[in-house]
Amino acid sequence: MMDRLHIPKRLQRFVLPAIIIPLVVLYPEYYTQLGTSQLIPTLSTAVVMTVFVTMAVGLNMVVGYAGLLDLGYVAFYAAGSYVAGWFASDQFATHHFVFGAVGVQGNAIGIHVSIWILLAVAALFAAMLGVMIGLPTLRLRGDYLALVTLGFGEIIPQVVRNGDALFGQNITNGVAGITPIDPMGFKYAHGVLPFLPDNFLLTPNLDVWYYRVGLLLVAVTVFCSIRLRDSRLGRAWVALREDEIAAAAMGVPLMRVKTLAYASGAFFGGAAGCFYGTYQGGAIPDNFKLYISTLVLAMVILGGMGNVWGVCLGAAVLSYLNQQGLGAIGNQINSSFGTNIEITKYEAGLFGLIIVLMMLFRPQGLIPSARRKAEFDVIREEAETAGVAA
Amino acid sequence: MATETQTARRPVLAVLPRVTGALNRVLTVALLALLVAWLVVNLVQSPSQFGAVALIGLTNGSLYALIALGYTLVYGIIELINFAHGDVFMWGTMITVTVAGTHLGLNGSQSGAVTLLGVLAAMACAMAFCATLNAGIERVALRRLRDAPRLAPLITTLGLSYVLSNAAQFFYGPNYTGIGAVLPGKVLFLNWPEKSLIVILATIPLLLVLTYVVRFTRQGRAMRAVAQDMDAARMMGVDVDRTISFTFALAGGLAGAAGTLYLLDITTTRFDLGQIGLLAFTAAVLGGIGNLTGAALGALIIGFIQAFNEGLSWHAPGEQWTTSIVFSILILILVFRPQGILGQPEADRA
Repeated sequence: MMDRLHIPKRLQRFVLPAIIIPLVVLYPEYYTQLGTSQLIPTLSTAVVMTVFVTMAVGLNMVVGYAGLLDLGYVAFYAAGSYVAGWFASDQFATHHFVFGAVGVQGNAIGIHVSIWILLAVAALFAAMLGVMIGLPTLRLRGDYLALVTLGFGEIIPQVVRNGDALFGQNITNGVAGITPIDPMGFKYAHGVLPFLPDNFLLTPNLDVWYYRVGLLLVAVTVFCSIRLRDSRLGRAWVALREDEIAAAAMGVPLMRVKTLAYASGAFFGGAAGCFYGTYQGGAIPDNFKLYISTLVLAMVILGGMGNVWGVCLGAAVLSYLNQQGLGAIGNQINSSFGTNIEITKYEAGLFGLIIVLMMLFRPQGLIPSARRKAEFDVIREEAETAGVAA
Repeated sequence: MATETQTARRPVLAVLPRVTGALNRVLTVALLALLVAWLVVNLVQSPSQFGAVALIGLTNGSLYALIALGYTLVYGIIELINFAHGDVFMWGTMITVTVAGTHLGLNGSQSGAVTLLGVLAAMACAMAFCATLNAGIERVALRRLRDAPRLAPLITTLGLSYVLSNAAQFFYGPNYTGIGAVLPGKVLFLNWPEKSLIVILATIPLLLVLTYVVRFTRQGRAMRAVAQDMDAARMMGVDVDRTISFTFALAGGLAGAAGTLYLLDITTTRFDLGQIGLLAFTAAVLGGIGNLTGAALGALIIGFIQAFNEGLSWHAPGEQWTTSIVFSILILILVFRPQGILGQPEADRA
């Protein structure tokens, strides 16, 4: 079959994308035909999957490219969500400011800025936060750096949770979170391009439009990630990852390169957080537990640190399991064997196990990047020769 | 690393390290003065409350010391942060529930001698279990990663910590479990003003034994040799693998003992108790990771900080800020004094 289907060599690398991309983009059109099994991802699961893929690709820039272990990535996700919460809800009731927002009156209380603008604002805010976290850690290396990020990942959610009475100000509305956040929509493009909906909330199936925007976000993130990887900066990151001292000796400005790694990773975390905030219609502290940081890290490790496509795959698989798959599989098992296992309870342990098994048996991930693969081969060869010598 | 970049700077900026150094000192002194003033005001306002809170601090500090020593022992020997250590401690509390509560049925109604023997038996079980667990983690997961990139074992222990905590959830359920007030007001012939005191009294002999093992036994000498230079130690005939296993077992044993003591003091536990490990870890870094005395000192400081923050009434931030305060300390220490209070600065560590 494959022999008869002759594809010119220079086109071969487009075959897989040509199959996968239409399947992904057209998912809302055909998923209802796939049957009624609980295992088929619903559209809302698919939207959350795009959020996690964006985050994982963002974290991959820090962990995979630059080799800086970040255990507090959830901080940027939270920051992005709260930017959406601050500037697209009734949170600051003493202000009256509406700019391009969808679904609110011109004299609404609170600040209401268009989500499209806020996506950029949230990303920049998170990037700024990333620089702020990155700056004091520049002198540190390896595990100490991981600890500082872990610290920030613990502190920021707690500040958010206690933020309803910070110096007498209600900044984050505490555990209740900020809700509702304005929806997305093409209020201004609607006149010119009528097929674009005015307000996603008023469309028959809002998930379809959120899914499309989510995919756009993923596409932009992946594009930026690949372009950054092949840029001068990306090569500096890899040099930094391989040997910090050698990189510095070769003239890589460590401070700037590390800071930019944090900023770029945080940028996409912030954008994902903002998008998730508007999709959920709220910024709620319970969504920003430290556990999310580990989950996103597990996605990066599962997929293959440093490889964008691997990370996309890892993130899609784990976020599907996290959002819907585990529960559905548990229900299937329970109904077919008459058991009563709540498999979702053991999700954290399962992801922990995935991390451990990957680290032990396939540290290069499902789809390793070419460079990583070569490195692990070298390490194995060295170990074998050392074993022979001993 | 830092000095190299500094000397490469332009001469105008050459004074910068000195200025920031002075600024650091001034800020440190100002912060400490503020802290002392706050404590003094609290002491004057309500001396009895201050005393009670200080006792809680001492108790927590002793517990954290036992856990922090586990972090510091392991870090000292293979430079690895064992994220699963807090969960090993949590398993210590669980085993104590099983042994003391379920099997021995201790509930405070027994006589003093029986209670004491039962508690000791439970502690021995918890210590043995945690020692085996920790050594098993090293054998199964970490040994084969010893030559891998440095972050690989770190990430592995992070994953293991979730596995251990979930396993506890599987066996002991998602809710709080416990053994009730095992310790009556009276143990043998002693009247404890606070049952917490037993934690402090039990910690001291454990620390003495640990010091003896590390400083005066053959195995302890092997540990110090491996910590200093693994290859040289191997050439001198030290069984490196066995020494590392022993260190993990020692660390696990201390965590198991801490688990029993925690349960005697607090009486309830849950699968997510391993979070306490992060406090203990901060203590180890504060004191100077790899330094045994430092870990104990740092643990006492963290214990007091937590107790004062949660217990004092005059302008204390309160329990909901404990994590933030402890982690702020961790970050400040790592940034300004990565070697900790008692640690020696090392050129290529941080």
